[in-house]
Amino acid sequence: MQRLHLQKLVFYAVLLLMTAVYIGPFIYQFFISISHSKDVFGSPGNLIQPPNWTLQNYANVWVDLPFKQWLVNSVFITVVQTITNVFFSALAGFVFARLDFPGRRFIFGLLLSSLTVPGIILLVPKFIFMNDLRLVNTYTGLIIPNLVTITNIFLMKQFFETIPKDLEEAALIDGCSYFRIFWQIFLPVSTPALAAVAIYTFQGSWNEFLWPVIISITSDHFTLPVGVGFLKNQFQSDWPLLMAGTLLITLPTLCIFLVFQRYFVQGIAASGGKE
Amino acid sequence: MATVEIRHLVKQYPGAAKPTIPDANLTIEDRSFVVLVGPSGCGKSTLLRMIAGLEAISGGDLLIDGQRINDLSPKDRDIAMVFQNYALYPHMSVYENMAFGLKLRKFPKAEIDQRVRAAADILGMNELLERKPKAMSGGQRQRVAIGRAIVREPKVFLFDEPLSNLDAKLRVQMRVEIKRLHQRLKATMVYVTHDQVEAMTMGDKIVVMKAGIIQQVDSPMSLYHNPANLFVAGFIGSPSMNFSRGQLVSENGALRFTNQTFNFQLPPNQADSLKSQVGKEVIFGFRPESMYDTRFPSGKTLTDPQRITIDVTEPIGSETFVYFTLDGQTGCMRVPSDIRYQPDEVITVGFDTGRLYFFDPQTELRLG
Repeated sequence: MQRLHLQKLVFYAVLLLMTAVYIGPFIYQFFISISHSKDVFGSPGNLIQPPNWTLQNYANVWVDLPFKQWLVNSVFITVVQTITNVFFSALAGFVFARLDFPGRRFIFGLLLSSLTVPGIILLVPKFIFMNDLRLVNTYTGLIIPNLVTITNIFLMKQFFETIPKDLEEAALIDGCSYFRIFWQIFLPVSTPALAAVAIYTFQGSWNEFLWPVIISITSDHFTLPVGVGFLKNQFQSDWPLLMAGTLLITLPTLCIFLVFQRYFVQGIAASGGKE
Repeated sequence: MATVEIRHLVKQYPGAAKPTIPDANLTIEDRSFVVLVGPSGCGKSTLLRMIAGLEAISGGDLLIDGQRINDLSPKDRDIAMVFQNYALYPHMSVYENMAFGLKLRKFPKAEIDQRVRAAADILGMNELLERKPKAMSGGQRQRVAIGRAIVREPKVFLFDEPLSNLDAKLRVQMRVEIKRLHQRLKATMVYVTHDQVEAMTMGDKIVVMKAGIIQQVDSPMSLYHNPANLFVAGFIGSPSMNFSRGQLVSENGALRFTNQTFNFQLPPNQADSLKSQVGKEVIFGFRPESMYDTRFPSGKTLTDPQRITIDVTEPIGSETFVYFTLDGQTGCMRVPSDIRYQPDEVITVGFDTGRLYFFDPQTELRLG
């Protein structure tokens, strides 16, 4: 009995420690964001003294910076990419999972093999390509490369393959075209997988830094991570302002995760196959 | 309602060494209930799926009411199909599941409603119309699947092993319901099963298949009493027919079947038809209920008495299956439940002379 208690104690201690490692920086960030610049490099003890707290940094984020513009940009790009990813990855996943056409395996293999190329290697060719199309520093340029991702197509294909073939055949006999089967039968029964794709895409798109920083030149095309990133320069950084900005950026993903976390798990389970 | 004609139908899968169905010919009469039966992999489901349009036809013609439908898509063939796994749309209610096909065919709302409610009435599902499939039992789901077919009022109903996923009791119940439905709708129905009891009890006509080849097409009782070959004889009937290899010999002008276990004289009419087989090896077949203990009156004309040694008995209540050693294998005899035997007991039996079957060991065709 005592052994069991000890085991539990160790278990919770390890959990607490791990939580502290992950949550600690966020707490530190929060306290910096409500502090004055002069206190940031003082003793950490100063940070947690209520008399030193201020919400001015959060106000400054809105007033001093083009935060609203960046927010609009981020929301626009994220929403568009999430919708297109859900739609196109489901469509492509359906085609690869359910339609039989010459070269299907080859094309899918080709798509999958592109995953082995590190994304960073493709940055320069992608930029040159966008430049040739005169899409640098445009919303189209920001959005196009991530309209759909191979990983999402793969996830949807795996999910659709678990749907019994009888369902598709029953729909064919009922009079459905293949697009209607996709739209009216497969999509409605695939909510866990679709939610997973939407959440992954939202998170990835919202936090994306590298591509937007390369493709956008003027600050009116910045997304939130890029804009806030520019607050930190080589010689001087307003740390409380920076932390307030980044904390605000984190909030939407945090909310989405908290509300939809069961879909994260379901999405992962679904890709493993479940009828 | 409709007649389905299958003429020299071929199914060859790409890359397969030989065709799954080499040359199928069959006419399914209007308003008949035809059962395709055979062991796994015999091509019965493939044939059904070709009628449905779910499998491409490699050769031959498929006609419904005289119209060639080889190249029509499933939705244009005016057929409805009930699947083994029900294949209900999980996100739709029972009502929506049944109405879906009609909606796609742009039927007026009032007619859809009337048809769905009429089908629900027939199947006793009025209370369940708002339920989702996941909130229903297997039997109820299969009823919805049948309802989905009924509302369409198709030319032909196709059933692909619809009762295989149900438990034994429910299966018997649904068997009766489907048969009753056929009597009520008077529709052409094609039913696939691997269960010969299901085939016997449901079909007006049974099509026995093996390795893609139709072995025999006949009514259930004709199949049972007049099997065309060894396979049909062994497949139809439960427990199945007993077989014993031996020789036909001529003795004092009479024909006798003889081997290590049996030696009896054939009745004159059968002896006539088997004259040409004298001296040749044949396979003798007899059903478990055509064998009688000579101690009890059977009311049948029996062959000469034969001795067998009891191995195991299996009382099932209404009757008893008695197993005995036959050519190193196990033979079965069906006796009334009040007759009791002990293991290793030696008894004398005779065969009903009107139910003796002989097959050619090479061609496996019935000789007489």
